[in-house]
Amino acid sequence: MSTDTATPAAASTADRPPSPAPARAPKRRSWLGLWFVLPFLAVYAVFMLWPMLLGLYYSFTDKSLTGRPVEWIGLANWAEAFGDPAAMDSLWNTARFTVLSTPPLVILGLAFALLAHRARRIGWFLRLSFFAPFVIPVSVVTMIWLWMYQPAGGLINHYLGEWGLGGDRLWAFQEDAMGSVVATTVWWTLGFNFLLYLAALQTIPAEVYEAADIDGANSLQKLWGITLPLLKRTTALVIVLQLIASLRIFDQYYLMAGGAANLATENVFIQYIYNSGFVGFRIGYASALSYILFVCIIVIALIQFRLLSRRED
Amino acid sequence: MPNPPSPPGALSRRALLTGTAAAAGIGLAGCDSITGGLSGGTTVKQWNLLAGSDGAIMTSMHEEFMAETGVNLRATTFTWGTPFYTKLVMGASGGNAADVATIHLSRLDSLSPSTLLDAIEVDELVDAGLNPEDFPTEIWDRCFSDDRLYAVPLDTHALVNYYNRTICEQAGVLNPDGTLLETHGVEEYFDLLRAVKDVTGEYGTSLDTNAGWRQFWAWYRQQDGEWIFHDDGFELDDDKALNAIDTMWRMADEGLCPRISDGGATAANFENGAGGLVQVGNWEITRFRAFNEAQGLDFSMAEMPDFFGNRRTQGDCHAFVLPRHNSWDDEVRAATVEYVSWMLRHSLEWGAGAGHTPAYLPVTESAEFQELEPNAEYSGVVDNVQFDPKVWFAGSAARLPDEVGQIFAGVYSGANDPETALAGIKDVAQTLVDLPNPID
Repeated sequence: MSTDTATPAAASTADRPPSPAPARAPKRRSWLGLWFVLPFLAVYAVFMLWPMLLGLYYSFTDKSLTGRPVEWIGLANWAEAFGDPAAMDSLWNTARFTVLSTPPLVILGLAFALLAHRARRIGWFLRLSFFAPFVIPVSVVTMIWLWMYQPAGGLINHYLGEWGLGGDRLWAFQEDAMGSVVATTVWWTLGFNFLLYLAALQTIPAEVYEAADIDGANSLQKLWGITLPLLKRTTALVIVLQLIASLRIFDQYYLMAGGAANLATENVFIQYIYNSGFVGFRIGYASALSYILFVCIIVIALIQFRLLSRRED
Repeated sequence: MPNPPSPPGALSRRALLTGTAAAAGIGLAGCDSITGGLSGGTTVKQWNLLAGSDGAIMTSMHEEFMAETGVNLRATTFTWGTPFYTKLVMGASGGNAADVATIHLSRLDSLSPSTLLDAIEVDELVDAGLNPEDFPTEIWDRCFSDDRLYAVPLDTHALVNYYNRTICEQAGVLNPDGTLLETHGVEEYFDLLRAVKDVTGEYGTSLDTNAGWRQFWAWYRQQDGEWIFHDDGFELDDDKALNAIDTMWRMADEGLCPRISDGGATAANFENGAGGLVQVGNWEITRFRAFNEAQGLDFSMAEMPDFFGNRRTQGDCHAFVLPRHNSWDDEVRAATVEYVSWMLRHSLEWGAGAGHTPAYLPVTESAEFQELEPNAEYSGVVDNVQFDPKVWFAGSAARLPDEVGQIFAGVYSGANDPETALAGIKDVAQTLVDLPNPID
């Protein structure tokens, strides 16, 4: 964020006569803008920058939630994190979740946007239906899906059993909860990607399609030749946002498979951070783990940014 | 376009707004009169973890307390176990938690009392009508940390054995007076379970296969097993541990108990007669009584059966603590101590309703309590109760019982044979020992 923005031309007219050439507005530094961003800046500093710096500092200490005196222990937390099999397992689980959830969320988001964009009469209904789950709070979503996943009497198992597909193995709390959580997440958060794609579709000018029609292109050719290339920027954005969101998986997993009472042995990384810090009191260690995830996310986002922006050139 | 006239009978916008405002006003006025009436003085905030059926008993005691003393008690119940303790620790580390909270006494040390709890002066308690002599010595001593008093015990609760009289009578395992036959040793008890299983057609006993720690600790302690933790390791008696785990394995293998059953299913198995007995905590009594009233369930309760020569059982104490405060208001502090004292002096209700054995001796020793049924039938648990090992990762809902319990769930389900399970719990214990201690 920089505060030395050029003063808008309109503001400069207030204290001096209108300049004949507005393009050559004086590059005078003004601190006026600062006052406008100050409220945001204050909140940002107190609740974002300061905790981040403090977290970095704590990651080099044995800071405990119990409030005992803090001691500098150098890189011990970091060394422990990289040698902690449970931490690495949970990081792997987060990676698995990301790999499993990102493709369906992006592809289905696009597919549903294409559907809703095409539909004339029931377009409003499709838009509503696809986006509606996104506004439901996570606690409600997970509760509904847990009911559906229940081994005895749950909707899914009931019909799997009825159709002779063996309705006794599908159970969110059983050994591998990942598939269940991925399915729930796709249903729940699809609407956001859908909305981004839908907005992008509406910006593609109709003339392009008309021209293609005149050239005799069929609808598949139009999709490959026009729609997808013109959605490239949106796809890049959707993938970046989706990767970041998936890497930050916690809520659904914690609510569906993470509580202590149901004996889940798996963790995702943020859950492991949460357990280390708030349940296990080790704020220092949890801070180091958080920074590891932070670096992972940044690296992945940068790589992706590089790849996609190069392709665009 | 002019506004269309409102259809007859429909509310006009103005009427609706006026009405809503008036209703809100009445609502607010109503709230005001309630709080005004009760908070004749002070507000005390209480946090508890009694999300089970005993929570209903505590809530009704709170109402009596408020009506009697005029103190405005604001109680909040959190999800039992880790979520509650996490909330308590985070609140206390900020100095803005509740004024008083319930904990399991076995968790006192793991809550870092010197930094997260406020010590209680014995004089304060005496002023509020409680004396140290009014508590069993061994429980009272556990309320101290570094020679300072941090907790006031409310009760003792333990794993007990409920039995369905109708089923057990058909199975021929009742005494003439309708109490459960006393058995000695694993084999005798298994014979009893077989007889009951023949009647129910499903299980002999129902138990929570997710709470294997409780059963393990009871049966391990029945053999005088000790689990002592040091800075770099621990001492566990392999043979005795294996005996206890083998009991779980065989019980599930023969179908005398379910292979997979969580807390809710365990209680339901007993209610619907799938099991003629159920081995769970005494706190489920409220639930079974309610079921009895609704659909009929003739049950009673006995102590943990003798598996290895005695009737020791796993248990714990609920206790009140004062989370750390940045500053105490004198009036609130006095009302808080008064609340603790009131709850103890009225803990007959707690014992009668929730099945717990009150820690406050004037109540426990009263003729009224001695006559309570079925409490009298399992009154021996107070002497037989075994607390969890004393180490920062042990105690109710702590990591040791949680993680060891996951392995025992595998024993019941048939996935882990006893030797694998023993190796597994030793691995878990070693991992926990190796963790840097965040408390000292």
